Amino acid sequence: MEDECISESYSFFLCVFLLNQIELKTAPADFRFPTTNQTRHCFTRYIEFHRCTTAKGEDSNDCERFAKYYRALCPGEWVDKWNEQRETGTFPGPL
Amino acid sequence: MIVLKWLFLTISPCDAAEPWQLGSQDAATPIMQGIIDLHHDIFFFLILILVFVLWILVRALWHFHYKENAIPQRIVHGTTIEILRTIFPSLISMFIAIPSFALLYSMDEVVVDPAITIKAIGHQWYWTYEYSDYNSSDEQSLTFDSYMIPEEDLELGQSRLLEVDNRVVVPAKTHLRIIVTSADVPHSWAVPSSGVKCDAVPGRLNQISILVQREGVYYGQCSEICGTNHAFTPIVVEAVPRKDYGSRVSNQLIPQTGEA
Repeated sequence: MEDECISESYSFFLCVFLLNQIELKTAPADFRFPTTNQTRHCFTRYIEFHRCTTAKGEDSNDCERFAKYYRALCPGEWVDKWNEQRETGTFPGPL
Repeated sequence: MIVLKWLFLTISPCDAAEPWQLGSQDAATPIMQGIIDLHHDIFFFLILILVFVLWILVRALWHFHYKENAIPQRIVHGTTIEILRTIFPSLISMFIAIPSFALLYSMDEVVVDPAITIKAIGHQWYWTYEYSDYNSSDEQSLTFDSYMIPEEDLELGQSRLLEVDNRVVVPAKTHLRIIVTSADVPHSWAVPSSGVKCDAVPGRLNQISILVQREGVYYGQCSEICGTNHAFTPIVVEAVPRKDYGSRVSNQLIPQTGEA
């Protein structure tokens, strides 16, 4: 069934999930951010991911967890903007 | 049986604004049910107080009309009545406050980790929805815009100013986290039958947790003035059975393949 997904232009993993009905999972509730305002939660997860890759290497699987979390929480535009800022060295966070 | 069938023919929940509607839309989430129940609790005391105050007012106007009763009384104190008129309102306030605070705090309680996160991003004058729980990279896997269907393009039976081209598909009976923000000016993501109204503020991510208890289509409208087409920025949430969620979302993806 996964062969059907190879030709799709959207994410392969999403396609497989949708076909196989894998369990629904997302970033868990973080007790550090108990309130409605989750801006800091998204930002913290993004920083945690990049600190993890700096510490453990770019291709480490341990960091994938943080990546899933920040992608679930942060709007795509914000992530794109931060990626650009990191590339130009203007990212305003403790990476 | 025919009579019964005729009587029950129009059972359909009110999940959108109805003309001349007086009460709330039907609840689709525990939060909305709590809000409706609180409203009923308070309304009871409200009627008690209203009848009492009106009665006293009418009585005073009737019996103390200057032609009927030219000499006003000069009562200044009355310990018993003063005690009673302090105690009773406090008791009533307490009876109103108890269910109110119970609901308020239970709304904020995070009991279970959500199963899905959906981002609702407000623009002038449409919503963008992102489902990015399954990205393997930073590109968004499922993002789509939700524009109002203009009146001339409506089909028979559709609601004016409420229908959209792409609905937010969510699984029913599943804990959802909705993150609301804006890309330009403040908006507000509101779905009355789910008891949700959350401001979309640029630069801020507001989180709401809902559990839609029944399948159906729920309508709402932008609730923060955002420019000329503020009235034409509706929200439509479609709750589907959990097992159908995957295929419904993939059906939405396929027309987007060109953009994804």
